[in-house]
Order: sequence, then C-alpha cells, then structure tokens
Amino acid sequence: MADNMKAQRDAYGEVLVELGKKYPNMFVLDADLTKSTKTVTFQKEFPKRHINCGIAEGNMMAVAAGISTCDNIVFASSFAMFAAGRAYEQIRNSICYPHNNVKVVATHAGLTVGEDGATHQCLEDLGLMRSIPGMVVLAPSDSGSTKAACRFAAEYDGPVYIRLGRLPLPCVNDEENYKFELGQADVVADGDFATVMFCGPFYSLAMEVRELFAKNGLNIRVVDVPCIKPMNQEVVKNAIYDTKAIVTIEDHNIYGGLGSAVAETIAELNISNRRPTELIRIGAEDKFGKSGSPKELLAAYGFTAEAIAKKIIAAVCPEFEGEFKF
Amino acid sequence: METKDFAKNMRKLIVEAIYNSGSGHPGGSLSCTDIVSVLFNEEMNKSPECPKDPDRDRFVLSKGHASATLYAALALKGFFPTEEMKTFRKIGGRLEGHPDMKYIPGVDMSTGSLGQGISTACGMAVSGKRLNKDYRVYAVMGDGELEEGQCWEAFMFAAHYKLDNLCVFIDFNGLQIDGEITKVMSPLPIPEKMKAFGFNVIEIDGHNLDEIRAALKNAKETKGMPTAVVCHTVKGKGVSFMENAAGWHGTAPNKEQYEQAIKEIEANG
Ligand SMILES: Cc1ncc(C[n+]2csc(CCOP(=O)(O)OP(=O)(O)O)c2C)c(N)n1
Repeated sequence: MADNMKAQRDAYGEVLVELGKKYPNMFVLDADLTKSTKTVTFQKEFPKRHINCGIAEGNMMAVAAGISTCDNIVFASSFAMFAAGRAYEQIRNSICYPHNNVKVVATHAGLTVGEDGATHQCLEDLGLMRSIPGMVVLAPSDSGSTKAACRFAAEYDGPVYIRLGRLPLPCVNDEENYKFELGQADVVADGDFATVMFCGPFYSLAMEVRELFAKNGLNIRVVDVPCIKPMNQEVVKNAIYDTKAIVTIEDHNIYGGLGSAVAETIAELNISNRRPTELIRIGAEDKFGKSGSPKELLAAYGFTAEAIAKKIIAAVCPEFEGEFKF
Repeated sequence: METKDFAKNMRKLIVEAIYNSGSGHPGGSLSCTDIVSVLFNEEMNKSPECPKDPDRDRFVLSKGHASATLYAALALKGFFPTEEMKTFRKIGGRLEGHPDMKYIPGVDMSTGSLGQGISTACGMAVSGKRLNKDYRVYAVMGDGELEEGQCWEAFMFAAHYKLDNLCVFIDFNGLQIDGEITKVMSPLPIPEKMKAFGFNVIEIDGHNLDEIRAALKNAKETKGMPTAVVCHTVKGKGVSFMENAAGWHGTAPNKEQYEQAIKEIEANG
C-alpha cells in the first residue's frame, strides 16, 4: 500500500484535462463549485468547453442533456446532494430516459463531508441513481480508481454517475495503468472467513478489519467494489461459497446503495439456502448525518474496525466473543 | 404545400390521432399548431433523409404534452408515414405520449416534464455557440409551464451566455389544467418578465402566419441576446367547442365530437 494520500476530486480535475485533450467534443459543466469539484482545472485549459451554470443544478443537468444531443460528451459536476438530489428528475427524464451521453460526477458525498453537516452529506445518491434504468453507477475508492472510472465513462456511450468524496485517501491503484470495466470489482486481499466488500473511502478501514482478524488467526477477504451498478455477480457468488459472512461498508445509507445491491444479488442468486451467508451492512443506519470532523463522525456512526469486528463475531461466531483480541 | 394548408392538415392529424388513441392533449396541441407549422414547413433546415444532420436546426417541444402537434408536422414532412399516426400513444408503437428522441426520427429531445425542455434547448444553443455552428434552436413552451422555476434558471442561462441562436415561443393561451393561469398561479406579466431576464421580446398573434414569419426574421436579426416570442393564442384553436375550454386540455373527443371537429377544421380557411 502506498503511503501517499490524494483527494479523488484532485484526480478528477487532472483526468478531465487529459480527457479534454483526447476528446475535442467534451464539455464540462459546473454549478458555482468549480474550485471544490476541481472542474476549474478543465476551465483553465479549455475555457470554451467549460460552462458555469450558476447555482441552478436542475437547469445544469438538462443543459448537459441538450449539449450531449449535439454529439458531445458532457461531464456535469456538483456536490452529490445537489447533483443526484436536487436534479434527480432532470437526470432521470432528460439524461437517462433518452440515454444521453452525460456523466454526472458528484463530489462531497457522504458523512465524510464533515463539518457542513446533514444538509450537505448525501447518503441517498447511490439509491437514487441506481434506481434509474440504464444508469451506470460508480463509487471509486481512490485517485487511480477515480481516473479509471472517468476514462471508462468518457469511452462509454450513455449516462454514468460517479460518486466521489471530499477527503484525501490513500493511493492504492495506479493512476496510469489501473483499468476499469463495467462490473469492476477487485479482490485486494484474499481470505476464507468473511468477505468485506467496500466502496468509496474505506480501503484503509477494510484492511484494518482484516488485520484485526488476522491477529486472531482468521482471514478476511477484502473486495473493492467501485461499480455499484451493474453489480459483479461473481464476487458475491464467490463470497457466498468461500466465506461465512459478507460485510458491506459504504459512506451511504444502508438502504439503496452497495449493501442493498449485494443483498439483492444474494437473494437473486438464490443459493444462500444451500450455503447460509450472513450479511452485515455497515453504513448510516437510516439516519441523517451531523456536523463534526470526518474522523469523529465515522466513529460515531460505527465505521471503526472494532465496531465492525464485533458485529461480524456476533453474527458468525458468538462463542468466540470473549476470546477475540482487539 | 402552402403553410396554411400544412397547418390545416396538422390539425386534422392531431384530432384524428387523439380520437384514435382515446387519449391525448387536444387543447394545447391546437394552440401551438400554427407556430409549429411555420417552423417545420418554412423555417427550419431539417430533412427526413438525414434527421441527425449535425448542422440541422433544432426543435424542442418543451410543452411535450403537445406531442401530437410535433408528430403531425414530422409525418407531413415525411419523417415517418402519416399512417403511423394511428399508433399514437399505443403499445408497440414508437409515438409515445410524450416525444421520444430515441426512436422517433426528427425528434431532437425527449420532453414531457415541464420546464426541462427549455434547458435542453439552451444546451443545444450553447453547444452551437462554443463549437461555431450555424444552426438555430427553437423551443415551444406553455404559459402554465412558466410556473416551473427551472424555466427561469434556463432564461437566466440563455441571456447570460448571449444565446442569440435561441428563439423561444411562448404559447400564451391563458389556460392550464386547473383553469386560467391567472387564477391558478399567475406567471404574468410575461413580456416584462422576459425583458427583465434579458430577452429580445416580440408579442404577436400566434395564429397569424405572417406575424410568426416576421417574429422569426426579427429573432434572426437580433444579436447578443435570445428572443422570446410571446404568442397570444387560443387553446383548442380551430375546433369551436374546444376553444378556450380548460376541460379540453387532456380529453379525447368521442365519435360525434371527432366528426364535428374534422368538419370544422375542413371548413375553416
Ligand atoms: C413538471 C410537470 N408537472 C406537471 C405536469 C402535468 N401537466 C401536463 S400539461 C400541464 C399544464 C400545462 O399548461 P401549459 O403550459 O399552459 O400548457 P397548455 O395550456 O398550452 O397545454 C400539466 C400541469 C407535467 N407534465 N410536468
């Protein structure tokens, strides 16, 4: 694991410029947040193809749809709350229904927004976007994964939602060489006791959970799931067959996002009866966020290795509870 | 075909399609028919041979519930056979209740959710400006539609980016579903508001073909700002019992009413 840290939105700003050079028909739209979403880097390089739409996200998404109908690729950015939330219906009716070539790249998703609090901490966007027919939904885990997701989105003909966070994250995937395809899911560490599937900012947390169990002689498989829709059926199937429990970790409500997608996949695979698998969903438990530092918030909402380990033990091997070394 | 006859044929196709499907929006379809007839029969460079031509003029029916009007114009221009109007709003066909750009040749944008079409038209216009294209973009909106806040976001956008390649027709028929716009939620005064939002504003009789032509000329000659043509119209125009009656917003005629309507349309002009 690399020690250097980088915010996904910084990677987004960089890859936009790279893609702007590759695609002369690429436009980037923003809604008065160019310095936060980092579309400002594209604006400096290609002022003619950057359009600030002002604080009017609904209009921006429909403008994006209109631009895309003129044979252009459009990236439209705002905070997740206002992109997926405020402009949900424009995304649904003007972008997705006609399958227009618009990439909604939403930054500042989830509790890790921190001090701004609940009004800015979107914990529902994956659910909103996943429910729209034809929408591809991505939640990359670091800067390399963000760049790969954006390169994939630019290549792909149709609507894509990409969810990014605010915080710097450890750089795990190579920014130049990591490749991305539909249904992407990466087993980053193998194991046979339980499978931790995470998306977004939780590589470190997932690895901490793994280390805790390793100290106790148990191996946790860790899977990075940057493609929430379509969901990779194979990794879920393997998790069911190879391990005793699946744990999903996401900076999102446990309803509607990764946890739901995995639950649906388990149910549809219809093999859980033959091989019972516990599902533990770590996320906001049908709650709004709060103000605080991201670190404090994550602890308060149960995103710590200890809290997660306790849930896994209680579900899979309660008899081990007293002996487990934290 | 003379545009006068083109409009008359459109009206017949509209009423017939709505009658056949037993559903649709006759009132608002008939009020914008004359505007759409001039655009499709005289003004826009659009061809059924090349409906996706990157240099074509764009048309966005922001009041998408008037889909029958758009389909009638497209059928008469040869984008699909007029026979196909029989499939309007029926399962298995492509003439969806609201325009669907994915499957219907000549439809430049899928619309139906009021307030969104005008934003997409702004997108087409700004793309044309930034990529130095010469095409023009036309949008038709309802007066009730103006109650949607998004319209005003779009107008702000159009003026801010000086979209003089955009011409917006406002079908000012004074009615919406629940009655008179001034009683439900008044968007008046429309011309003054559009001026305040930075538009070149022209007020015309939306059933007078010459006034529509003159407005289009004025719009093309206006530089540095978008144009709004506020069209005084009659909802249900051309069918006496549908005229100025809010009840005909979304109701299909029965057999007698249909026959009466066709008779009247044929007799007119
Ligand atoms: C966002 C949205 N809300 C509600 C509707 C339902 N609706 C369809 S037509 C209509 C009234 C439209 O009135 P107006 O714009 O004046 O059109 P016209 O009278 O010319 O038909 C409404 C409320 C809709 N299509 N879209």
